[in-house]
Amino acid sequence: MSDHLPKDNPYQPHLARIVRILPQIPDHRLFQLRFEDDEVARNFKHRPGQFVELSVLGTGEAPISISSSPTRPGVLELCVRKVGRVTEALFRLPVDSLIGIRGPYGNGYPVQEMEGHNLLLVAGGLGMAPLRSLLWYAMDNRSKFQDIILMYGARVPGDMLFKYELLGLLDQPDITCLLTVDRDDTGRWPAHIGVVPKLFDKVTLDPKTTIAAVCGPPVMYKFVLQKLLERNFSKDHILMSLERKMKCGVGKCGHCAIGYKYTCLDGPIFTYWDVINLPEVV
Amino acid sequence: MKIVTLSKSNLLPFLEASRSFGELHAPLKRGEKSCAFAQVEDVADIQVGCLRTILPPKKYFMPPEQTMFAFSTDGYAPVNEEAGKRYVLFGLHPCDIHGIKILDLVFSGAYTDPYYFERRKHVAIIGLDCIPDQLCFCNSMGTYFTEDGFDLFLSDIGDRYMVMVGTSLGDDMINASHHLFGEVDERAKEEFKRRSNARREHFAVEVETWGLPEIFDLEYESRLWKEAGEKCLSCGACSMVCPTCYCYDVLDLLELNAQQGVRKRRWDSCLFKDYALVAGGHNFRKERSSRVKNRFFHKQRGFVAEYGRPACTGCGRCIEACPADINIIELITKLRSEAHV
Repeated sequence: MSDHLPKDNPYQPHLARIVRILPQIPDHRLFQLRFEDDEVARNFKHRPGQFVELSVLGTGEAPISISSSPTRPGVLELCVRKVGRVTEALFRLPVDSLIGIRGPYGNGYPVQEMEGHNLLLVAGGLGMAPLRSLLWYAMDNRSKFQDIILMYGARVPGDMLFKYELLGLLDQPDITCLLTVDRDDTGRWPAHIGVVPKLFDKVTLDPKTTIAAVCGPPVMYKFVLQKLLERNFSKDHILMSLERKMKCGVGKCGHCAIGYKYTCLDGPIFTYWDVINLPEVV
Repeated sequence: MKIVTLSKSNLLPFLEASRSFGELHAPLKRGEKSCAFAQVEDVADIQVGCLRTILPPKKYFMPPEQTMFAFSTDGYAPVNEEAGKRYVLFGLHPCDIHGIKILDLVFSGAYTDPYYFERRKHVAIIGLDCIPDQLCFCNSMGTYFTEDGFDLFLSDIGDRYMVMVGTSLGDDMINASHHLFGEVDERAKEEFKRRSNARREHFAVEVETWGLPEIFDLEYESRLWKEAGEKCLSCGACSMVCPTCYCYDVLDLLELNAQQGVRKRRWDSCLFKDYALVAGGHNFRKERSSRVKNRFFHKQRGFVAEYGRPACTGCGRCIEACPADINIIELITKLRSEAHV
């Protein structure tokens, strides 16, 4: 051990305790975390769309986007899909376990620039995880934004993340919440049926005053982008969240380089204009 | 800049004396034709005429494998394996010094890498000029000379060296052996200028770098990348020997009691197949051709956009190390001519 290294070592994980685990859908859980050190907890300030590096003791690190809004501090929420070595190890941990967290990293959504605009949030699948942070940020700062529209699609009702909290928005007057599923075998689904791009027929959008934040699987991007461009959205007004293997999170290890950008520093939020100029994006 | 002279017969005594500033490392003979930076036992073993060491000096600043943290159930505590250990590195050519300057750029910025700079600040650098061979293209990359990045820099002027003093530490090193150094006289000045001009004539190759980023964009789909991909063995040798390749991988090693362990980082290469593999199994660069392209694209295009200069020093190591004869000079030259077709 050494005292030669500065305290602000950007690679230093801080201990955080899992205070609650909320199972979402199969292989997806929402982890509520609290930093062990009060000072770390107080100093942790993030922007919607940013991510953290999560360490499981002895297994390694993985980048995870933050699902909670900075307007609701105290507990950090990460919605995680069990998909790799680190997340599999995380899913074996019971409540009260200690894990490592460092961050927040990445640019996040340009929330200040988005103020005064209409917001259109379009999510598919796990894409709701980073967008949830933006959604609650906008709802908690409601007066700073014009109309807020959420479009979110899942395959079946049982695959919808944050289903109950989002269903609660259906009859809220200050948001247009459009939830859809590809098919409904339950017969009890109260919202739309069909793919996300179809939801565009339900709303009128003014491309000049609206900023769209899109996050989802590649196939959804393809059709949603088409809809936005048909409605004359400027490429600068379409924000996308890109996933890459962000290992160090601070622009050193090289793994998340796309063309001439680092996803961890220059992203993970990119405008569509940025993205179409980057090779090997998907 | 303070400038003095050092007669060639005083070089080894000076290097011997420099040990008081740190452990002396310099190019030593390895094979028939190869040299490597290593700890010097006897200064007489130093290969003063060595042109290109197998590995660049980056190994002193970012070792091939390095422990970052010790972890236990109490958390993560940074480890610095060589805290405070001092080195004197002798025999770095201008391209290698530029290599370090490029690494300095990468490891500084908003998130400073403490491991790199902890080592960096404890290494004294004594540069040495050189005569290029047929693989050197530092003249094209603008790394043929350097005005900074060293504590001392020695230029051959016949029976003496012209010694540029770059830092206060360099000045201390001179002062500690002041009887070995001399003044700069008219003959030394003339000889320095004559040799500076003459060195240019030794270059066998020239790569035109003007507009290269644009050409890389234009030729993104060139068949040359496919051809290079068919030759490439994905061995990563080019990255390991590159003075500016900085990519690393991170791994946690757990002890048998499963209660404690260490987090290490080690050199990685974007040529390795699993480099761009993400959780869930998607590989962003499954094809070898896309990996070869990515490496050169990042160096000559991406890095320029990010840092304003290419991440290449023209040292020729990647050409020498490649078992498949992939040659960056050839590639760039062909890309340029394709761009003009």
